[in-house]
Amino acid sequence: MSTPVTDRVRSEAVGGAPIRAIPVRHYGQWVCAAVAVTLAGLLFWSIGTNPAIQWPVVGEYLFNENILSGALVTLQLTVLAMLIGVVGGVVLAVMRLSSNPVLSALSAAYLWVFRGTPVLVQIVLWFNLALIFPRLGFGPVSADTNELISAFGAALLALALNEAAYMAEIVRGGILSVDSGQNEASQALGLTRAQAMRRIILPQAMRVIVPPTGNEVITMLKTTALVAVIGAKDLFTEAQYFGQNNFTTFEMLLVASFWYLVLTSALAVLQSRLERRFARGVGPGSAPRDGVARRLLGGVASRRSTIRTPEGTPA
Amino acid sequence: MSLLAPDTRRPATGTPMVRAESVHKSFGHVEVLKGIDLEVANGEVLCLLGASGSGKSTFLRCINHLERIDSGRLYVDGRLIGYREHGDKLYEMREREVAAQRREIGMVFQRFNLFPHMTALENVMEAPIRVRRETKAAARDRATRLLDRVGLGDRAGNYPAQLSGGQQQRVAIARALAMEPKLMLFDEPTSALDPELVGEVLGVMGDLAAEGMTMVVVTHEIGFAREVSDTVVFMDGGVIVESGAPGRVIDAPEHDRTRAFLSKVL
Repeated sequence: MSTPVTDRVRSEAVGGAPIRAIPVRHYGQWVCAAVAVTLAGLLFWSIGTNPAIQWPVVGEYLFNENILSGALVTLQLTVLAMLIGVVGGVVLAVMRLSSNPVLSALSAAYLWVFRGTPVLVQIVLWFNLALIFPRLGFGPVSADTNELISAFGAALLALALNEAAYMAEIVRGGILSVDSGQNEASQALGLTRAQAMRRIILPQAMRVIVPPTGNEVITMLKTTALVAVIGAKDLFTEAQYFGQNNFTTFEMLLVASFWYLVLTSALAVLQSRLERRFARGVGPGSAPRDGVARRLLGGVASRRSTIRTPEGTPA
Repeated sequence: MSLLAPDTRRPATGTPMVRAESVHKSFGHVEVLKGIDLEVANGEVLCLLGASGSGKSTFLRCINHLERIDSGRLYVDGRLIGYREHGDKLYEMREREVAAQRREIGMVFQRFNLFPHMTALENVMEAPIRVRRETKAAARDRATRLLDRVGLGDRAGNYPAQLSGGQQQRVAIARALAMEPKLMLFDEPTSALDPELVGEVLGVMGDLAAEGMTMVVVTHEIGFAREVSDTVVFMDGGVIVESGAPGRVIDAPEHDRTRAFLSKVL
């Protein structure tokens, strides 16, 4: 034990110098990483070198025109179904929480039906609506049901109406999460309940609504694959079509999976941006957590660096 | 500098600002108010004292119809609150009519209840724009003036989370004043504050009282009640035990219950 070192540490501390400490070593993390990388490598190697998979076919169809247009249909279905679903969900949630017993019961009944039946059944049901209503319309104005509701239309209807039921519960949870004092303050100022909902309650509920809604979008993108049963020309419909005709089922599944992954990844990025946007006014917010690589390697790098403090303290 | 617009300062007239006649209120089987009779004159500052559970906050919330009363009558500026009376029948008011009555009654809450997604300025501007249909420019003008007068002119752009409790409560007072109320209700406005922040809020309330605002204040600040109020009302178990000038009720209480309460809080 040498006194000079102790003295230096002490004087630095007294002088308010930043702390230079060697972080705790997590050897277990390195072992886990090595095992995971090895296993993943083995898996990719066995798929990549598998003689049953014709990789050139995968490459050939990855940017096939029909596959790309299928991906576009999938994206359109997702976006439109979610837009209708979110708007419908807000309406249903507000109805459910309304003091009007008729509106509340209607909303509850809607949820009961649309959450209580499989979405796959709903898709097929809308597609076959012509079986019970050959023509749709009021009085003299009517049209052939099959012309009015295409495969795409049936798919969109089913996905959107089903989604509205799920979104209603998410929105309701968001509204209920807002402190009741907010409603009282709004009322005391003379705002009507509708004004309070639109201006005060819903904007605050958004913080709670956005994260699960992001999950819903990603779930929706994958759920659209179900519409292949009515041949709605989405990504999965197209991939299956090529697969069955050319005996390249697995290759086409890989192509479809690739595009689903690309789309869900893009949506995940969008989601995290939205979440930051709606965290406004809720205080300093927690510092984002470092990525895996940073956390694994951070210990090595920070041997010479100082301990980082969370940024963004309140003004 | 005055906190009030000139027209809200009115001479004392015959009609009391608040008149309660035998007000009863129960939550389930618990009767919280057991017949409250009370008058608050125009320009009067009345402090409601009492232990928690004595019904003072509930009574305050009845005055602007946040709670509906079970029996009795409550009038603000001569008008029945929450109901219309024709002959011997009472008709419940529509939501819009209740909202219209509440515009004239400002309320300040124990936990501030500022809108966290809006800046201090936006908090004060919101009701004048939505309820009184003021232009943004006019609302901004008044809001800026009001924030200046509660000493927060430099904090207009801050969100509530960036303000101290005392600052938030002063914004809440400015927000209520922006509607130019005839009457201000304060529900334990300093109970959620750190001790060193209580003074700044009481200061603003004292200014407001000095300018002639009619105020009903539920508080545990005996010093404030003694200095600022015209009348002190002591409640216990849902009834008014005694009321009168602060010098009498606080310094020479007649009832044992008042004495027992004051000995605990003084």
